[in-house]
Formats: sequence, C-alpha cells, structure tokens
Amino acid sequence: MRWDSEMTALAAGVLAVLVVATVAGFVLRRLAKSDSARASLDNLNQRTASWWVMSAIFALSAAVGQTGTMVLFGLISFFALREFLTLTPTRRSDHRAMLLAFFVVTPLQYFLLGIEWYGMFSIFIPVYVFLLVPISSALKGDVERFLERTSEIQWGLMVCVFTISHAPALLTLKLPGYDGENAKLLAYLVIVVQASDVLQYIFGKTFGRHKVAPRISPNKTWEGLIGGAAGAALIGTGLWWITPFAVWESLIFSLVIVIMGFFGGLTMSAIKRDRGVKDFGTLIEGHGGMMDRIDSLSFAAPIFFHLTRYYFEGARAFPFSLGP
Amino acid sequence: MIAGDPNARAQEDVTAAKPRGPRLDPFDAVLVFLIRLFCGTTSRFLCNVDDSKPRVYFANHSSLLDFLVIWAVLPPAQRAITRPAAARDYWAANPIRRFFAVTVFKATLIERRHPSQEHNPLQDMLQVLDEGRSLIIFPEGTRGSGEEMGKFQSGLFHVCRERPAVEAIPIYLDNLSRILPKGEVFPLPLLSRVVFGPPISLQPGESRDQFLGRAQLAVAALETA
Repeated sequence: MRWDSEMTALAAGVLAVLVVATVAGFVLRRLAKSDSARASLDNLNQRTASWWVMSAIFALSAAVGQTGTMVLFGLISFFALREFLTLTPTRRSDHRAMLLAFFVVTPLQYFLLGIEWYGMFSIFIPVYVFLLVPISSALKGDVERFLERTSEIQWGLMVCVFTISHAPALLTLKLPGYDGENAKLLAYLVIVVQASDVLQYIFGKTFGRHKVAPRISPNKTWEGLIGGAAGAALIGTGLWWITPFAVWESLIFSLVIVIMGFFGGLTMSAIKRDRGVKDFGTLIEGHGGMMDRIDSLSFAAPIFFHLTRYYFEGARAFPFSLGP
Repeated sequence: MIAGDPNARAQEDVTAAKPRGPRLDPFDAVLVFLIRLFCGTTSRFLCNVDDSKPRVYFANHSSLLDFLVIWAVLPPAQRAITRPAAARDYWAANPIRRFFAVTVFKATLIERRHPSQEHNPLQDMLQVLDEGRSLIIFPEGTRGSGEEMGKFQSGLFHVCRERPAVEAIPIYLDNLSRILPKGEVFPLPLLSRVVFGPPISLQPGESRDQFLGRAQLAVAALETA
C-alpha cells in the first residue's frame, strides 16, 4: 500500500463530512421542537459519534498496512459471527463445530488471504468447511433439527466470514495501472456501502411513506431506497478518481454496491424479524451490533470483488470475449 | 428493609464497621474486563444493588461461568463483598478446583451431599451474611441443560427464613448454557445476558414449597424482561 495525494484528499473529505455531520447534528438537536424529532436526532448524533470511532479504527488499521487491515476485518468477522450464532438456536452437540468456526475457520480464512493463496481462499469455506460442519455435528449423533442447525452454522460462516473477507481481499487484486493503490478501492467500497446506509436512513426518516417489505422492516421505504441509492451512486461516481474505473464504470459499480447492500440489509432484517429481535447486538452505540453495521457490506463485498476481478482480468483485457 | 427489625440493625452495624466504597484491586479489574469481553455480557438491573449491604442472589444454573458472570456485572461495591456458595464435593475434589474456588474466587464451600454438625450448609451461608458479605446461590443445586430449570432446593428458603431482612434478588442468566455447557472444556465466545429482578421476601405463613415455587417463577419471569 502506498499513501499518495489521492489518499490525503480522501481522508480530508471523510474528515470534512464527519465535522459537518457533527456540527449539523448538534445545531439541529438544539433547534428540535418535538420529542420525536429530538429522539431521532439523538440517535443520529450517536451514530455520528460511532462513525468517528469507526473511521479512526479504519484509518489506524490502514496506516499499519495490508496486514493491519486484514486483522481488522478478521476481528469484524469474529464479532459478527458471535452475534449471528448467539441468535441461532444451536444445540449442545454443535459446541465443537462452533468452536472450530470461531477459532479455526475464521483465523484460517484470513490467513489464506494474508498469504494470498487465492484458490484456497475462495473455496475453503464454501467447500471444505461446508462439509466439515455437518460431519462434526453428525459425529455427536444428535439428529434433532439437524439440517436446520447445520445450515445456521454454515450461513453464519458464509455471511460473517466468507463474504466479509472479500472486502480486504480487494487489497490483493492485481489491477493494471493500479499497483499499490488498492487501499483506495477498499475505501471506495466501504464509503459507497456506508453512504448508502446513511442516506437510506436519512431519506427514509424524512420522506419515507411507502414500505418496500412491511412484514420484514418498517424502516425500509421506497423513498429511502431510491433517495439513498441515487445519492450513494452519485457519491460513488464522484469518487471515480480514486478507483481504476472510468466515470461511467464507477457509476455502474457503485450502483451494484448500493443494490447488493440494500438486499443485504433486507435479508438480515428478515433473519432478525424471524428471531424476534430488533438488533443483532449492542456493540456500537446507535447502530446496534456489528452485524447490523456490516449487513450491507456482507452482500456487496463479494459481488464487487468478483465483478472487479472479472472485469479487469476478463472483459476489459479481452473486450470481444465473454470471459478470460 | 423492615424498620425495627433486629436482624436489619445487626447488619447495618456489621457493614458500618467495614471500609465503604469499592475496593480497587487491579487483578479483579482485569478479571472483570476479561469475563465481560469473553462472555459478551450485557446486564439489566430491575432493582438497585449499588451499595454494600449483604444480599442473597439466586439464579438459574447451567454453566461453570454463571457465578463469574454475575460477579463481573455487579456494581463494584457489591462485587467487593460478594462470594459464591460452591459445592464442596465438586470444588474440593482436587487441588486445581480447590485453588480456583478458595484462593481465586474466595468461595464458601457448602456441603450438599453429607451435611453434618461440622459442615452445616445453612450455618455456613448464614455466617457469610452475618459477616456482611453477599452470597450467590444456585438453588437448582446442580447445572442443568439450560433448557428447563430444575426444582429449587430448600437452602434458599431456610436462608430467607433465618435472615428475613436480607434482600433475596432473583437473577436470570441467558445463553451461558451455550457458552460453556456442562461437560465441555472450551467456552464459545457467544453473547450472554444477566437480568437482576426486584427482590422477593418470605411472606407470613408462606410454606417452603410455596416460597420456592414463587422464587423459581421470579427467575423464570426475567427471561423476557
């Protein structure tokens, strides 16, 4: 990773947004008339405060370098997995399988990423661990809800570890003319995903009328989705200069990120609704748990990673063929 | 606390003689941090226990971590005086267990198999309270599967009858049976929850079984709190 003038501009931009959000939140809170407006702004200000902390942690790990960033995402996966598996009704016989998930599979997935063994990185959980989990539970001889329990652990590992590990995996992509600049591609993904979350929340709170899926989430409205998606895609397009993309490519990629992010949030809400909880945890003030914060990233990261990979190594390098 | 109750006055005297305020032990502070981090514990208090009065805490029991988690989420002043009641037959069975129970966690070892004059579980527990310390007891007597609570043993009833002025606080422990179930060695880093309910006390004319049934319901009711 290399720190260049674009990184400085990006960091300054993030800092400016945080300062503006903090000041605006403070002023609006002072001006708020109704109790519900005050409650909304308190929540918004809590979120802004958490954003300061999250940005600082992200900057710090980026400063340590590629390993620091991978360790950070490893920890994010670990904390998300503990929230996910806490909510799933596994049984005593799954104890060993879950120990493996936390202390062997999660570190190993990030280790494979660290040594850049791409082939193993991309099949370790979907193939090897996929088969290992039911074997481990079957050896215990407990048949009650077997398929359900096994799937829950497999799902936990897929959405908390496998998909999330594709975000730092962007650092390992070899893109023509973009050598040593990959940190900016990761920042791009995270900024577009999170901007989309924040803007959907703000547009939804302000203009939200028509619910997308009322049985899953009362907070997800068409107004929020369209406003948030358009806003985040605009931000993503405007950030084309930090990516290896042209302006129009950046528009398409940020749209893909935003749409996948939205469906990630929707899917995780369905799981939460089924389990009868509002949030996965209480780790981040105003945001709920880790999993509540990264649900959109979990769906956006692997798709963004693979599309970028195929696009540069396939379609763009060989414009007239369909694959590499 | 009931005014004019001789027991109440006796306890106030005992606690007044002790140094007040939390004891700042760095070893305890590190232990508390590690327990809460590993067990991802959130706590909810439906009662006020932030002082140094002796109390009886009783909870559902499904894991060796149960006592540790309760101890770690207590307010510091209470934590400093709180001790677990541990089964002598389990915790004194070998030197390692004895070291943890007696030296590290300063547990009161209770005879649950063969009570005698010398090892009378009730007297041991009352003595702890009379020394101005709080007690954590698990009335089920042994660790359950975490799915259903076992029948409460009578120890809690006797303690509440002998020391009516001492608040008995029900506690519900959530998910610890999954973090470290009976028979497993390595704990899972899942999230846990501790709910402290409003105190209950023995009503006039209440029988042992009525009281124990009510105590068990008080714990169970906290599951959804």
